Amino acid sequence: MGRYVARRLLQMIPVVIGTTFIIYALVWALPGDPFAGRCGARPCPAAYVADMTAKYNLDDPLPLAYIQYLGNLLRGDFGETFQGLSVGEELLRAYPTTVKLALVAIAFEIIIGIGAGILAGLRRGSFIDNLVLVSTLVVVSIPVFVIGSVLQLFLGMRWGIFPATVGGDASLYNLILPGFVLASLSLAYVARLTRTSLAENRRADYVRTAVAKGLPQRRVIGIHTMRNSLIPVVTFIGADFGALLGGAIVTEGIFNVPGVGNLIFRSITTRDGVMVTGAVTVLVLVFLLVNLLVDLIYGWLDPRISHG
Amino acid sequence: MADPTPPVIVEAEAPAATETTVRTLGRDAWHDLIRKPTFIVSGVLFVIFVTIAIVPGLFTSLSPTDCSLSLSRQGPSSAAWFGYDNNGCDVYTHTIYGARASIMVGVLTAVGVLLIGGIAGTVAGFYGRSTDTVVSRLGDIFFGIPLLLGALIVLVSFPGNAETPELVTISKVVLALAVLGWPQIMRITRSSVLQVRSADYVQAARALGAGGTRMILKHVVPNSIAPVIVVATIGIGGYIAAEATLSFLGVGLQPPVVSWGLAISRAQDYVRTSPHMLLFPASALSLCVLAFIMLGDAIRDALDPKLR
Repeated sequence: MGRYVARRLLQMIPVVIGTTFIIYALVWALPGDPFAGRCGARPCPAAYVADMTAKYNLDDPLPLAYIQYLGNLLRGDFGETFQGLSVGEELLRAYPTTVKLALVAIAFEIIIGIGAGILAGLRRGSFIDNLVLVSTLVVVSIPVFVIGSVLQLFLGMRWGIFPATVGGDASLYNLILPGFVLASLSLAYVARLTRTSLAENRRADYVRTAVAKGLPQRRVIGIHTMRNSLIPVVTFIGADFGALLGGAIVTEGIFNVPGVGNLIFRSITTRDGVMVTGAVTVLVLVFLLVNLLVDLIYGWLDPRISHG
Repeated sequence: MADPTPPVIVEAEAPAATETTVRTLGRDAWHDLIRKPTFIVSGVLFVIFVTIAIVPGLFTSLSPTDCSLSLSRQGPSSAAWFGYDNNGCDVYTHTIYGARASIMVGVLTAVGVLLIGGIAGTVAGFYGRSTDTVVSRLGDIFFGIPLLLGALIVLVSFPGNAETPELVTISKVVLALAVLGWPQIMRITRSSVLQVRSADYVQAARALGAGGTRMILKHVVPNSIAPVIVVATIGIGGYIAAEATLSFLGVGLQPPVVSWGLAISRAQDYVRTSPHMLLFPASALSLCVLAFIMLGDAIRDALDPKLR
C-alpha cells in the first residue's frame, strides 16, 4: 500500500513537470509582445520593460526560465501578476467558491444521477428506464454553455425562481443553479453508469443466494446489490470531483461565479502569464492527487482490487 | 409453414461458397444496424446535416450576408420563421450556413486526432518497451491538460482578426483541439493493438519474414481499428461542442465565419429580449451533436461482439 502510493507519487512528477512546462512554453514563448497593451495606449516605458523582463527572467532561454520558475514554485512562491498581485493569494481567495460550487454539483450528481439510475436499473425496459435513457442522451448532447444560458434565461430571468447571477455573494442558494448546470453532463453519465452496473449485478450469484436465503427484497437490493453496484459510480464521481476542482470556465463565466475558472479565463484573455501558469499547476496537481485518492478508495471499497 | 422452409435450407447448404452469403464482421454489423431505430434516426439526421454543410444554398434562398439593420432583433414571423439577429440577419439562414464550419471542425479534428493518436498508439502498442513508455508518458502529460483550458491558451496565443481567411481560422481551432485531444485515441489504439499483437496471424506473418511496417499495415491496423473508429465518431459530437464553446468564449472561430457557437455567443447579450437568437442555433447545435453521439453508439453496439 505504502509502496503503491509512493510509486504513484513518483510517476506524477514527470507528468506535472511536463504539463506545467507545456503551459509555461505556450504562455511565454509564443509570438507576441508580452507587454503589448500593458500600459494603456502608449508603449511601456523602457524602465518598466527592463524591470519586468528581469523579474520574470524573460531574457533567459525558455528552459532556464522555466527551471527558475519551478524552483520558486517548490518554495511555495507562485510569483506576482503584472498588476503586482500575489498569485497565491488570488488563488486562495477564489478557491473556496470553486470548492463550494463543486460540492453543490456533486450533490446533484449523487441525488439525481444515482436516483434516476437506480429507478431505471431496477425496472429495465420500463417506461422510467426508457425515459432515463432518452433524457440522459439529450442532456449529453446539449453543450454546457447552452444548458447554462437557457436555464439562466428561464429559471433565472423569466420566472425568477433562482438568482440569475452569483456575483460577490457565493451563498449556497445562489450556487444551486450554476451547480446544477455544472453537474448536468456528469449527472447523465452517473445515471447511465448506475443503471448498467445495477442491472448487471441483479443477475449475480450472490444476489440469487440472498434471495434464496429468503431475505426481504428491500435488504437484497438495499444492502447486497446496491453496495456492490455503486463502486464504479463512486470512482466516477470521485474523478469528476477532481476535474470540477479545476474550476469551470464556462459555467463560472455565465453565472459570474468568482471562482478559479473565472480567474483563469480572465488571466488567459489578459495574457497574464504568471497567473495562468500558477493556476494551471495547482489544478493539475489537485486533479492528479484526487485521482490517486479515488484509486485508493476503490481498493478499499472493493477488496478484489489490490494495490500490493 | 412449407413456404419459408426451402430458402432456409438453400442458405444453410451453401455456406461461404458464394461471395454473397459470407457474413464478414462489417456485413454482420450492417445487418444489425439497419434494424436499429436509433441508427436510422441518427443516420437520417447525419445525412441531413452533411447535406446542409455541403450545399447550404439548397435550404435557403438568402445568403448569410443579406442583412438589414432595420430588421434588427425582430422575433419569428411568417416571413422569417426563426426571426432576425442583432444585425438584422435571418437567423434561419445563419443556422443553415453555420453547419458547415461546425461540422468541418468536428470532422477534421476527429481525423487529426485519429492520425496523431492512431499512429502514436499503434507504434507504442506494437513496439512496446521503451517506445511504449515514452509515448504513454507523453500522452499522460497532454492528458493532464484540460481540453478547453489548453485550447483557450493556444488560441489566445495565436490571435486572428477579421482579415484572417476562413480556412486559417478553422484550422487553428482544429489544430488546438487535435493537439490536446490525441491521448484519448492513443490509449484506445494502444490497448487494441496490444490485444492483436500476439495473435497467431501476426506471429505467422513474423515467421514468414514480414517486416514491422508490413505487419502493422497489413495485419495489426485492420484488426485493431474498429473500436478506434467508433470512439472517433462519438468524439466528433464532442469536438463540435468544444468548437462552439470556444467560439462562445470569443477565442474560437471569428466573425466573418458563420458558426453556431458564434451565433449563440452573440445571442448572449440580447437573451433577455430576443431569446429566439439563442434558442434556434442552440437547438441546431444540440441536434447535430446528438446525431453524432447516437450514430457512434449504434455502430459500437453493432461492432462489439460482447454485447450480442
